[in-house]
Amino acid sequence: MANRITLNMITQRSIEEGVAMEKGKTTPEYFEACSIIEMHDDDVKALGLVPNQLVRVTSECGSVVVKAVRGRQSLYSGLAFIPQGVWANQVVPPRTQATGEPQYSGFPVTVEPANGEKRKSALELVQGAVGLWRGDQ
Amino acid sequence: MPKKVENVGCPYCGVCCDDLVVTVSDDGKKILEVENACAIGNQIFHHATGGERIRLPRLRQPDGSYKEISYDEAVDYAAKVLHNAKKPLIYGFGSTNCEGMAAAAKVAEKAGAVLDNCASICHGSSFLAIFDNGYPSCTLGETKNRADVIVYWGANPAHAHPRHMSRYSIFPRGFFTGKGHKSRKIIVIDPRHTDTAQVADIYLQVKQGHDYELFDAFRAVVRGHEIPDVVAGIKREQILEVANILKKARFGTIFYGMGLCHSDGRNHNVDIAISLTRDLNDFTKWTIMAMRGHYNITGPGAVWSWQYGYPYCLDLTKRDIAHMNPGETSSVDLAMRDEVDAFFNVGTDAGAHFPIDAVKHLKKHPWITVDPNICMASEISDLHIPVGIVGVEVPGIVYRMDNVPIQYRKVIDPPEGVISDEELFERIHKRLCELEAEEAAKGQVKAAPEGVRAESEP
Ligand code: SF4
Repeated sequence: MANRITLNMITQRSIEEGVAMEKGKTTPEYFEACSIIEMHDDDVKALGLVPNQLVRVTSECGSVVVKAVRGRQSLYSGLAFIPQGVWANQVVPPRTQATGEPQYSGFPVTVEPANGEKRKSALELVQGAVGLWRGDQ
Repeated sequence: MPKKVENVGCPYCGVCCDDLVVTVSDDGKKILEVENACAIGNQIFHHATGGERIRLPRLRQPDGSYKEISYDEAVDYAAKVLHNAKKPLIYGFGSTNCEGMAAAAKVAEKAGAVLDNCASICHGSSFLAIFDNGYPSCTLGETKNRADVIVYWGANPAHAHPRHMSRYSIFPRGFFTGKGHKSRKIIVIDPRHTDTAQVADIYLQVKQGHDYELFDAFRAVVRGHEIPDVVAGIKREQILEVANILKKARFGTIFYGMGLCHSDGRNHNVDIAISLTRDLNDFTKWTIMAMRGHYNITGPGAVWSWQYGYPYCLDLTKRDIAHMNPGETSSVDLAMRDEVDAFFNVGTDAGAHFPIDAVKHLKKHPWITVDPNICMASEISDLHIPVGIVGVEVPGIVYRMDNVPIQYRKVIDPPEGVISDEELFERIHKRLCELEAEEAAKGQVKAAPEGVRAESEP
């Protein structure tokens, strides 16, 4: 059975995301900047991941495949980070505590190796969600 | 000869750097060089003339493709969507000028729409806390010139506001803080050891979602009470040490970010941050400031408060009688409850930045995107209307994160034929008036509900 752990997810801006977003959300730069997850080494070990392995992240409202990378920042064990953007928002719960602000930071997710799966592009995720995706054009 | 334009404002983050120098080609069509900007600011200017731009509105066809149409046709389409909707939502405005925001508000009022800005998913919690508890703030200039202790709490300016530290907090030599870095103490409080934490004198790794408790502990200590051995993952001794530094400061500023607004507690986290600031003013001068994200996301709060009395989540369905109640009139909540029947995405990208469930709900109805560039919102829209880039191709007023208005300039012309947000909304407004007049002529005017209007003075 594959390993699976539960982590506390936060999604916030990274400078790579900021630069790539201005270049365009359909660029490879945006893809590489945002379709990633950062975790603590202990959690990476618990999942038995090799560097840059793909993982599936699932929350109460969705699921997404991202690449586990070692970032410049460090997190404590139990905390996970996906940069704000299209991939993060596949799993961000829309509950707002009656303020209008979704639960972008601090929601439980399960993380497991995504064997044999691929990361989807931003367009495929968003257009796919609303029935407009017509395959790689 | 290429032309150098000085004192150019950067249309990206809330730091609103206005010291950029942009070199424009001979023919005034290409941006050759950008000085003083950070990596993101640089990208904005280069992207404007570097790649392919959308020059005409694009209308979705039955086969899913886009077809170019004229601005007149786009204005007509947009006005009809607004006119026919019971409760349209006009959202965004992170990236446009105040002139565009005022024109959009005119449209929202005429259409009986909900008018909201990105604060709704960003610093909206700050507004709620500020309404409840006040805002002992200052300008960035005051921080630069006076502050000797600076706290970044749940904010990562190294990534989100790249020049914030060099212009205003850590590095500049201020009037009363001549030694720059050496005379300042920087405290970073964040669950992540970020690049910002890297340059801090003191870093506290607060447990995610437990900021409120840590603020509470600081308040207790500052007021002379006992606290437990560990609070929110931070040892008592460290809390005492930092509390002492806060009390002994000559002038301090707490800059806080999404770590407070996006976590459990939302506005309550900001509320207690303000209370701590007030407590500290019993000892010395402390101020607090929200790290507003986009360069002019402070703008709609200023413009719409002046127009209607509320900064965001404005329900204008009763036209000139505004009502604001986040949780009820906030974009994501409206979307999730399916309470709106048309969506305008203006100068933002809800397609990328809303939780995908909210996107799916909004997409059940007509979706129109107003933005210079291709983004996720434009790629799922029924209609995409391109506009000029404010700060690059369109001048205008923007409000910096400390509520200081700055006049932005343009350095080049927009691509031929492309209009500004302001002109677009003025034209939609005019078309809406025409549609209303046509209907009135047929005797079926879309009237305001009875009994809600105050009697006008004779
Ligand atoms: S810090 Fe912000 S305003 Fe200044 S150049 Fe960078 S992105 Fe632009």
